[in-house]
Amino acid sequence: MNFELSKKQALSLKLFKEFSLNEVKPLAQEVDELERFPVETVEKMANIGMLGIPVPENYGGSGGDNLTYIMAVEELSKHCATTGVIVSAHTSLACAPLLAFGTEAQKEKYLLPLASGEKLGAFGLTEPNAGSDAAMQQTTAVKEGDFYRINGSKIFITNGGYADTFIIFAMTDKQKGTRGISAFIVEKGMEGFSIGKTEHKLGIKGSSTTELIFTDLMLPAENLLGQEGKGFGIAMKTLDGGRIGIAAQALGIAQGDLDEAIKYVKERKQFGKPLSAFQNSQFQIADLQTKIDAARLLTYRAAVLKDEGKPYSTEAAMAKLYASDISMESTRISLQLLGGYGYTREYPLERMFRDAKITEIYEGTSEVQKMVIAASLLK
Amino acid sequence: MMNIVVLLKQVPDTTEMKIDKEKGTLIRAGVPTITNPDDLAGLEAALQIKDRQGAKVTCVTMGPPQAESMLRELYALGADECVLISDGKFGGADTWATSNTLGAYLATIPYDLIIAGRQAIDGDTAQVGPQTAEKLNLPQITYVDEILSISEEKIRVRKALENRYEILESEMPCLITTLSSIAKPRYMHVREIMKAFDKPVTVITNEHLQLEQKDIGLKGSPTKVKKTFTKEVHKNSDVLTLEPKLAAAKILDVLLENQFIGK
Repeated sequence: MNFELSKKQALSLKLFKEFSLNEVKPLAQEVDELERFPVETVEKMANIGMLGIPVPENYGGSGGDNLTYIMAVEELSKHCATTGVIVSAHTSLACAPLLAFGTEAQKEKYLLPLASGEKLGAFGLTEPNAGSDAAMQQTTAVKEGDFYRINGSKIFITNGGYADTFIIFAMTDKQKGTRGISAFIVEKGMEGFSIGKTEHKLGIKGSSTTELIFTDLMLPAENLLGQEGKGFGIAMKTLDGGRIGIAAQALGIAQGDLDEAIKYVKERKQFGKPLSAFQNSQFQIADLQTKIDAARLLTYRAAVLKDEGKPYSTEAAMAKLYASDISMESTRISLQLLGGYGYTREYPLERMFRDAKITEIYEGTSEVQKMVIAASLLK
Repeated sequence: MMNIVVLLKQVPDTTEMKIDKEKGTLIRAGVPTITNPDDLAGLEAALQIKDRQGAKVTCVTMGPPQAESMLRELYALGADECVLISDGKFGGADTWATSNTLGAYLATIPYDLIIAGRQAIDGDTAQVGPQTAEKLNLPQITYVDEILSISEEKIRVRKALENRYEILESEMPCLITTLSSIAKPRYMHVREIMKAFDKPVTVITNEHLQLEQKDIGLKGSPTKVKKTFTKEVHKNSDVLTLEPKLAAAKILDVLLENQFIGK
């Protein structure tokens, strides 16, 4: 067992820290307050290969590993959870399924522009009546000659309003249950495909969360991703990977919070001494950093297992479950250390407090993670 | 294609530097190192020429073996080739011995333009660039903050002086020293980071250069540091309490008297 980063990983981490501090942090408050998607940051990340980190170079990516990729999400999320999830959804939920399940032609046509950052990706599984129960897909895809006629809608789609390429799921055979679900690649601007309502949210306000509407979308049959009827498996495997990204986002928020609190308690004086001299502050930050490190080890383990081509589904669920829990705890306690100041917009804690909550919900709620973990133990 | 050679130095991050008060020397242990800012800006200027009109950019540094870590970063920024001039015999070199060594190496490789940062933040001498140009018998332009045009025959630059700019032209090959304001360094590219550690770093020792010991390292260095100390600032101040108008007049008098401003 080796807990050292490789030289490449360490140098990448240095880049991500610099980039997040200089380019992401200064925009974070504005992105939140104006609910503004940070297009300029996305463009900057594309220019330095941050939008296809774990995708091989021949498909437009940077040829890095998953650990490097999730460290990018972590570092971005330390200062702006919105920016973190843009990268996570794009990489884990759009690039990854294309890489794993796409044909050569599909990789050439869709993965290459995504991984090079020329285009942005999104993933559409959730529906009004299919949340945690993702098998209850009501969107339909009916084969008609060389096309699939797609009807239905998706909700809560991250990157929805800004994505060019969408991986979506629909029922090709209602009789077969989960074996009747198929995955498809849909492009922005196709006739019969439109973006519906944009959600206003508690946190990650700058991220674009929208509805996708399909009305007699005639999708060429070549846009079927993987085999017909194998969509549910593709969705679940994709989400396994996505969970490591969200765990990294949660981890970034948690560490970002604590870093702010540590800075504050060293400066703030009450009762004639800095808050850092009080045992309460000391014990709170000691506990938090220990828990954050534990979350980091779980998250990195899942990423390394994925890199090694080993099963990682349970470990990814554990990482997300624990990291999102610690993220909530860290925002709550860190904000408390700042007292009234933490509650104001003078400090980023109130934003991070709101941002942390989503990590317990999307890409499988904490309860779903427990179902995944328990299922692996009780089989 | 144009050959651009950039000279860079790995320096301690002086914002985190402490001085050993007893010995009067810099405490280097545990201090993070960075690429000297003026040099990094010079590399960025070179990379912009490469992006615009094509060029081969070679980075050269003289330093201990640890300087290799900087060269890996320079590869990740877009350098085409990196060279580390490193040998125990070069150790302890002042600017004279350094430029002897750099000059001897540069004489063995092709170049059209040599870019050096104006000065390094650890020594602040601003001598290595100009001295290297002299050893190579090249025209030099210092304090460059903009490259206006460049071809294989001619370079046109803006030189920033304290209170004015000069537009200067030189034949090529030549050497320029750059200010940090010439260009904002880019970020590394993740894809280049992945390749940076597989690229070769050419290590040049005195086996290659065959310089005499009297011209290199500590023995080749005429500069002798007698003492290093932290400057003590003595504030001699007079406190005057005056009406605003009289105060303004008094301040003006003091500024004129000390020639901080002209009449």
